[in-house]
Amino acid sequence: MSDARLSVFKTYKLYVGGKFPRSESGRVYEVTDSKGKWLANAPLSSRKDARDAVVAARKAFGGWSGATAYNRGQVLYRVAEMLEGRRDQFVREVADAEGLSKSKAAAVVDATIDRWVWYAGWTDKIAQVVGGGNPVAGPFFNLSSPEPTGVVAVLAPQESSFLGLVSVLAPVIATGNTAVVVASENAPLPALSLAEVLATSDVPGGVVNVLSGRTAEIAAPLAAHQDVNAIDLAGADEVLAKELEIAAADNLKRVLRPQPVDYTQTPGTDRMTAFLETKTVWHPTGSLGASGSSY
Amino acid sequence: MASVFEYAPAPESRAIADIAPSYGLFIDGEFVEAADGKVFKTVSPSTEEVLSEVARAGSEDVDRAVKAARRAFEKWSALPGAERAKYLFRIARIIQERSRELAVLETLDNGKPIKETRDADLPLVAAHFFYYAGWADKLDHAGYGANPRPLGVAGQVIPWNFPLLMLAWKIAPALATGNTVVLKPAETTPLSALFFADICRQAGLPKGVVNILPGYGDAGAALVSHPEVNKVAFTGSTAVGKEIARTVAGTRKKVTLELGGKGANIVFDDAPIDQAVEGIVNGIFFNQGQVCCAGSRLLVQESIQEELLDSLKRRLSTLRLGDPLDKNTDIGAINSEEQLTRITSLVEQGEAEGAERWSPACELPESGYWFAPTLFTNVTQAHTVARDEIFGPVLSVLTFRTPDEAVAKANNTPYGLSAGIWTEKGSRILAVANKLRAGVVWSNTFNKFDPTSPFGGYKESGFGREGGRHGLEAYLDV
Repeated sequence: MSDARLSVFKTYKLYVGGKFPRSESGRVYEVTDSKGKWLANAPLSSRKDARDAVVAARKAFGGWSGATAYNRGQVLYRVAEMLEGRRDQFVREVADAEGLSKSKAAAVVDATIDRWVWYAGWTDKIAQVVGGGNPVAGPFFNLSSPEPTGVVAVLAPQESSFLGLVSVLAPVIATGNTAVVVASENAPLPALSLAEVLATSDVPGGVVNVLSGRTAEIAAPLAAHQDVNAIDLAGADEVLAKELEIAAADNLKRVLRPQPVDYTQTPGTDRMTAFLETKTVWHPTGSLGASGSSY
Repeated sequence: MASVFEYAPAPESRAIADIAPSYGLFIDGEFVEAADGKVFKTVSPSTEEVLSEVARAGSEDVDRAVKAARRAFEKWSALPGAERAKYLFRIARIIQERSRELAVLETLDNGKPIKETRDADLPLVAAHFFYYAGWADKLDHAGYGANPRPLGVAGQVIPWNFPLLMLAWKIAPALATGNTVVLKPAETTPLSALFFADICRQAGLPKGVVNILPGYGDAGAALVSHPEVNKVAFTGSTAVGKEIARTVAGTRKKVTLELGGKGANIVFDDAPIDQAVEGIVNGIFFNQGQVCCAGSRLLVQESIQEELLDSLKRRLSTLRLGDPLDKNTDIGAINSEEQLTRITSLVEQGEAEGAERWSPACELPESGYWFAPTLFTNVTQAHTVARDEIFGPVLSVLTFRTPDEAVAKANNTPYGLSAGIWTEKGSRILAVANKLRAGVVWSNTFNKFDPTSPFGGYKESGFGREGGRHGLEAYLDV
């Protein structure tokens, strides 16, 4: 009888370098649903966990940014496929985390899956939209191409624990960056479960690292970290965002400030371009003489 | 040259491709017989074995298919782009899953080596659907203004040299932008398009969005001239392309034509010879030279002519011609008796006009349509083999002394599809590329294709581009 059966709880863990460690600090914190009912004990990450995650993200950057855009698109599309298979699980987790009805949570999960598909399609198109040849006034071939900036720290939105999370994470990795994500502080479980999907979706270990805990505590070492290239402050309040932006100035991190976003709307390209560099290559074209071809 | 290595046969199993004894036309989501009941046989060009009997579309069927596509257009074009995208992603995935089956099928029906269908055609087919799937919900970003609209019903006529790849080039951008499709595959290679119809079924594509009409030129002509077709896309010969241009004159139909070529492969004296030889071989013997962008004219700098030709001949002696299903085969069968006749007659004309013909020792199978890899030297620009598109494994070698001369000779053709440049000097590559009147220029490589990269010709090689962001324009009302 199912009523009599005692269910097995899941131990929620961090996701760092493709593995699922507990916090090195040994700490956890209580995660409840919107009505205060206990859901799980999530790892309470330390600054050491944050630094480990940066090391893992840096290690993964060469391979991920060097993969073809087509390959990255295939991998991100695979994430959508895997998510679709776990749809029921995420509907439950999002309903619990955000206090939504089953049908509203289902709409959120569907939108989240479609968001992965949207960004999977961008991997091999963004360069065609924001890059291109420049008609310089001289005998030179001149081409500007976008390149990923490197390791990006992502403070996931606090309210939208799943759709918001994916809406800020997917654009970062689509273009070849690697990410250290700080999950929504009060609703970290969908993010920690997403890690299980990423681990089984051909996303190389270290490309996405997921930390749960106190946003302010984990964000500070990330914002100040010399080997982090950029930070998305979506999940920071105004005061914290300013502090982090100041810390980020130390190595001139690219900073995406928090802004009101309706995550149910189709995004633009801004969350991708925020973490792209533009590289311009010059090459002489030589000359075959002034006359054009007469054919 | 005596063969150094003996190869054991390594045939790919043909059991994976389950070919039915007969196929219908695919109209409005159903396989149906032709209105007049006509059928034709499709044969394997390597054995002349009949593979299947296929319904032959006539003008009545064209009308039925166009009307089905028209009915499907309203809903299909009104779908959110994200939903159209997911259909195309499904199709791409199913093609990947069934790619070995489709590769074997294509090799059987077309005659090209399994090595090519498996490693080139099919991966490109899937990639093309993936690429355009991603555009379906991003058209606002494509540079054609906000909310660009589809054209309507696209009538598409494709050739036999890359049957499934040409289908992908046509159907993927058409569907991504919200058009519906009536596609006519070539009469010698209808099968992969019919298998694609089954893939549409597996993907749950709404009926009428894709219609497949196997048939001959008469069906193609009926499709192109049908008043309810809004867009015509054709890949094939320049002669037919011109006929289509005349047919659509005075209508509002948008047209793209991807036609013939006589690509120049230019090798400068500083080129890495071994790499250049591989590129030359790939340029003219890939798919038995039945490639519109083939590098069928080798322009070699005079000072290295001897060295290059020695290397090239040595390399040609190692090419393996035979059973296309054998994984070691480099050169497969010519697609049809008709094409073999055309190649043979042009080569004979080349000899008669005084060019010097050479082929490696090469045993041709007894049944099927075969032509040995062939080189012509002592070729001048006036020779037929330097001017006409042969569409076969035949390379004409000309020489030049200066870059200007190379450019002048390369451009001395009514065609303008592809060209190749081989030199270690980057500035020379770019200077020469700037002067070439060709839509695709390959530097130190040849015959590279990618769904993100636009492809198409200058001059009589046609107009419009397929592939890349540019490829969307052909299917949008912009």
